[in-house]
Amino acid sequence: MPEAAAPPTVEDAVALGLTREEYALVCEKQGRPPNQVELAMYSLLWSEHCAYKHSKKLLVTLPTEGPFVLMGPGENAGAVDVGGGLACAFKVESHNHPSAVEPFQGAATGVGGILRDIFAIGARPIAVLDSLRFGEIETSERSRYLLDHAVGGIGHYGNSIGVPTVGGEVYFEGPYEQNCLVNAMALGLGEHGRLMRSAAAGVGNVLVLYGASTGRDGIGGASVLASAELGDADEDKRPTVQVGDPFEEKKLLECSLELLERGLIVALQDLGAAGLTSSASEMASKGEVGIDLDVAKVPLREQNMAPFEVMVSESQERMLCVVEPARVPEVLELCAKWEVGGTAIGEVTDTRRMRIFDGPELVGDMPVQALVDDCPLYDLAPARPDAPIYAAPPATLAAGADPRAALLALVGSPNIASRRPLFEQYDAIVQSRTVRRPEEADAAVLALPDGGALGVSIDGNGRRVAADPYWGTVGVVLECASNLACVGAEPLGTTNNLNFGNPEKPHIAWQLTEAVRGIADACTALEAPIVGGNVSLYNEGATAGPIYPTPVIGMVGRLPDATSAGRLGFAREGDAIAIAGHFHPALAASELHKLRGEPLPDGLSPVDLDAVRAAQGAIRDAVREGLVASAHDIAEGGFAVALAECCLAGGIGATVDLGDSDDVWTHLFGEGPGGFVVSGVPDAIAHLAERVRVDVVGVVGGDVLSIALAGERHDVALAEVRGAHRALARFFP
Amino acid sequence: MRFGVLRFPGSCDEVDAQLAAARVGDAVLLWHGDRDLQGVDAIVVPGGFSYGDYLRAGAIARFSPVMESVIAFANHGGLVLGICNGFQVLCEAHLLPGALLPNANRRFTFRQLDLEVVSTQTAFTGACQEGETLSIPAKHSWGRYYADEPTLDELEAAGQVVLRYAPAQNFNGSLRDIAGVRNAAGNVFGLMPHPEHAVDARTGSTDGLRIFESMRLAVEGARA
Repeated sequence: MPEAAAPPTVEDAVALGLTREEYALVCEKQGRPPNQVELAMYSLLWSEHCAYKHSKKLLVTLPTEGPFVLMGPGENAGAVDVGGGLACAFKVESHNHPSAVEPFQGAATGVGGILRDIFAIGARPIAVLDSLRFGEIETSERSRYLLDHAVGGIGHYGNSIGVPTVGGEVYFEGPYEQNCLVNAMALGLGEHGRLMRSAAAGVGNVLVLYGASTGRDGIGGASVLASAELGDADEDKRPTVQVGDPFEEKKLLECSLELLERGLIVALQDLGAAGLTSSASEMASKGEVGIDLDVAKVPLREQNMAPFEVMVSESQERMLCVVEPARVPEVLELCAKWEVGGTAIGEVTDTRRMRIFDGPELVGDMPVQALVDDCPLYDLAPARPDAPIYAAPPATLAAGADPRAALLALVGSPNIASRRPLFEQYDAIVQSRTVRRPEEADAAVLALPDGGALGVSIDGNGRRVAADPYWGTVGVVLECASNLACVGAEPLGTTNNLNFGNPEKPHIAWQLTEAVRGIADACTALEAPIVGGNVSLYNEGATAGPIYPTPVIGMVGRLPDATSAGRLGFAREGDAIAIAGHFHPALAASELHKLRGEPLPDGLSPVDLDAVRAAQGAIRDAVREGLVASAHDIAEGGFAVALAECCLAGGIGATVDLGDSDDVWTHLFGEGPGGFVVSGVPDAIAHLAERVRVDVVGVVGGDVLSIALAGERHDVALAEVRGAHRALARFFP
Repeated sequence: MRFGVLRFPGSCDEVDAQLAAARVGDAVLLWHGDRDLQGVDAIVVPGGFSYGDYLRAGAIARFSPVMESVIAFANHGGLVLGICNGFQVLCEAHLLPGALLPNANRRFTFRQLDLEVVSTQTAFTGACQEGETLSIPAKHSWGRYYADEPTLDELEAAGQVVLRYAPAQNFNGSLRDIAGVRNAAGNVFGLMPHPEHAVDARTGSTDGLRIFESMRLAVEGARA
């Protein structure tokens, strides 16, 4: 094979992120040292980001099968049956490191990437949710900057492409100061029979690349950014962050769906991390075929790009499809209609090899299996740490604060305060499907054509997972399902994004292993299998240590009647208020403990999964049957904060009496899975008590939040609660 | 009654507008590259980011082939409704007076708003009650209505201000709280809020339906 430049060395391989052992294995698979194109491709496909080499052995332990699963992990996105012949495709993905370097584009292209995953399988994207983590916004100017720009980027992309952003969550904790998290989840709808897989098929079929032209943006993103810890030199990495253009993607989306609708293509894959390298190789691998690809035919936006640059470019808004030769003219015509420039760049072969040409010249030749499937997988060496990993947070609540002051501090704490200044920057209603908007209910609700609806929730709680990776993670999965129950939805399937530190460190490996075990057990108990997901490792700042272990869970459920979807706000004066469910609150790792500056506990109390599931079922049915006027999951800040949120959302006060207690603080602010605040007419609430434990504690009405406990009454005017709840507004002038 | 809803590359709310219009009549999508308006009775220029809103919101869309036909249609008295980006396009095409500038808060903002119906004597608000308040969402980055003072005075004097933001609802900083204006002839109307997103109680209010209903009444009244 001709080789113009000097062949790369093992040092080049190390600089690209391969270990010396991995480089030796590449040489063995190739039968010779790889040339520049080949080394670039191996280094990307054998990166953590593409090969999941530190997590694959864990991920196979997750439950992936269930009665509603139509497409499980391994495709661009998973899909579940939502009835009426429709499938809901969904997936969550991270764009953490790009967002830490350039938050606006990092977040925007995170949304763009997850949307492409959805329409790549033939589903029209119908909603986006996001999960964000930053450092302490009150004290960190950098975190305020990252938040502002990440929110701006998410809005810019979603708003411009016409996909509503219907929900999300954001938390602020010290361990995210140097390594923010930006996870985006997307959902799509498509007909069962039209779902498209990405396996290339049909020897002689043509590969058509369409969408944006290819430039030098994002070169090496997968290996350089996504698979190594962040350091001080991140400014220099800015060229590896891609720049997104939602208008280009909007055209790409409409073109892709029309190509599928007209049955013009055999397989479809988006170009994400590692660009053409990953999409073409994975299509070949799944189809058990080979691919010949000519980089000279790829439309470029920059001059003099080397073949390896074309192969690894992460330019956004590009798709690759496989087309029967006779259909190529029609495909190119449709690409022209949508102004997304289609070009035939290669063909499917029976060689099982990826062969890269530059015009007539063969510049890379690799066995597909070696590239895609033979990256070594590593066993983790988990070890429970014998000393705390995370420093105690600084105390922000005065030591002598009474319950009333604590309630106002909690309602106004950045982790609990109203997210309105953020979600007002998102279009939540385009596509005319949004039945519940942000802060109207615990989960987003999206109407389906048959009169039913989807409930969707995304959740994470790094602090509780840090305190106990297993039970903390179980709690996150349960909270997702509780949120769905509050709108009346039953889980159909789950997606997850595992955001962790460096898995080569034993204590991180332990967090990861325990968290995956927690997801597996909780999803199994809830019969909400994992249909897809993503892993983001090496989330550690140069000096700050690892992030809190942050498994982010996204769950999709169905409710039979969109008009019966639950709300969180109190609805009527005189309704009874009750605490319902299987609820055993504790202050360990709670938001109150954070405000008090308490260190994380070593472990959380176990949870009775079956009892919580039964409680969720009872709440879900009560919502569906209209027995309750409102339902809200008790989460951060415990019962008192949940009660305040019900009052604020309904615009009406409440008077409750919690009776005697020898632990006032736990009673008011303790957290744990399985508890709900519900309201309704007293008879209906009594009916609910036949299914689940119900403690009627008060009545809806007035303009004061009034809580009596252990002989003392604490009154706060609703206006004062609302003022505290608006704490984030000042960061968005 | 047949509505034609324009579809540009980058339109986002065209299907929503079609669904809303279909509640009071027939509604078809009209592709930006086609000059044929298919004999529709009224045109809706929908929201979104036509041609990516490159250069300036609505600035490129006004030069599209379909807009040539829409301008001729409007000049012959045809009803044209511009929503959000559509309002921007109609201003760029000089079918409506004034311009839309970046929001005063300089952010994309989505909010359910109260709008005061200033005039019911139009083809777009005939089904509304005098002094009625409509609950309709708005969502945009460039919604600050601007015209010079003499023009604003003229618009008010001629009754061309059709909708105003209710007190404390004008987040974008529109001059004189103007949310929607019509042309002098009364057959072209643009507004920043989205009536097509207020046509179904399940997803919000139904107040926006009155705009479409008014158009139907105007078209059928003219026929009768």
